[in-house]
Amino acid sequence: MAEITKEELRQPENLIYKKTDLLTDKPLSYCPGCGHGTAHRIVMEVLDEMGIQDQTIGIAPVGCSVLAYEFMNIDMQQAAHGRAPAVATAVKRLHPEKFVFTYQGDGDLAAIGTAETIHACNRGENIVIIFINNGIYGMTGGQMAPTTLPGMKSSTSPYGRDVATMGNPLKITELIAQLPGTIYVTRQAVHTPANVRKTKKAVRKAFENQKLNKGLSFVEIVSNCNSGWKMTPRQSNEWMVENMFPFYPLGDIKVND
Amino acid sequence: MAKVKGDIVIDIEKCKGCEVCVPACPNDVIAMSKNVNGKGYNYAETINDECIGCANCAIVCPDGVITVYRKRME
Repeated sequence: MAEITKEELRQPENLIYKKTDLLTDKPLSYCPGCGHGTAHRIVMEVLDEMGIQDQTIGIAPVGCSVLAYEFMNIDMQQAAHGRAPAVATAVKRLHPEKFVFTYQGDGDLAAIGTAETIHACNRGENIVIIFINNGIYGMTGGQMAPTTLPGMKSSTSPYGRDVATMGNPLKITELIAQLPGTIYVTRQAVHTPANVRKTKKAVRKAFENQKLNKGLSFVEIVSNCNSGWKMTPRQSNEWMVENMFPFYPLGDIKVND
Repeated sequence: MAKVKGDIVIDIEKCKGCEVCVPACPNDVIAMSKNVNGKGYNYAETINDECIGCANCAIVCPDGVITVYRKRME
């Protein structure tokens, strides 16, 4: 067998994978190992493959991903806390030919923005919602969120979430799957290569649904928050598999074709 | 039997040393360096030539710092 040098191998014709050009060259502001970076790249790769970079308008939330417009090389609008689905509704109705998506965390979508989310889903606006669920308010220092698991420690529940006094976690994805306006509701993760590939397929399906004017597609991505959970990235991924996935099982929740 | 030869290029200045790529590699090609980059992170580096260019490391890398090359050897 012929040997090959690394210089011969590193030629453009042998290129298999590189970061998509739809992400800017700015270093991501996220903590090491955070799923946000992977989620950003998946969305941008899907837009790249569909060739709709110049027809897409993204809505950035408030939270860790508030600076998403710095990293996504498309037209973006940043919305007030939790109001991204309302802004997306306006953008889509004014520009029905454009592709519109929101990118939101759980503090944004499932806490302060619950009303906007549920009503946008119930109206069946023809948009895509990407929901990153890490069970905590990551940006502000790891406070308890509506999605925090029972018994899970956070900076405002240092002895673990007590359901009797702090209420039950909100499974907003199952909630909105009940609404007739949603066409595709799924829950995925991005901690392993297999999960990343599945998530990419789900995001692709969501944007294809929007292309066909089918209705609202909702993709939840269960993610880690190693800084907020006070773990290393690898530990946090293992903790997520052991604790988050039993409560937030992965897979399609609603598929209407 | 045709063999596949791969190689990865890691942008060490953008690597944050999260180690998510290490368990993703089927051939244990990646390990964390003892040296640090400009930000002070122990960056990822290749430690052997077993890479098959599967791109698993690149698609789980949150910061997209890995570029993958692959060639079929006849």
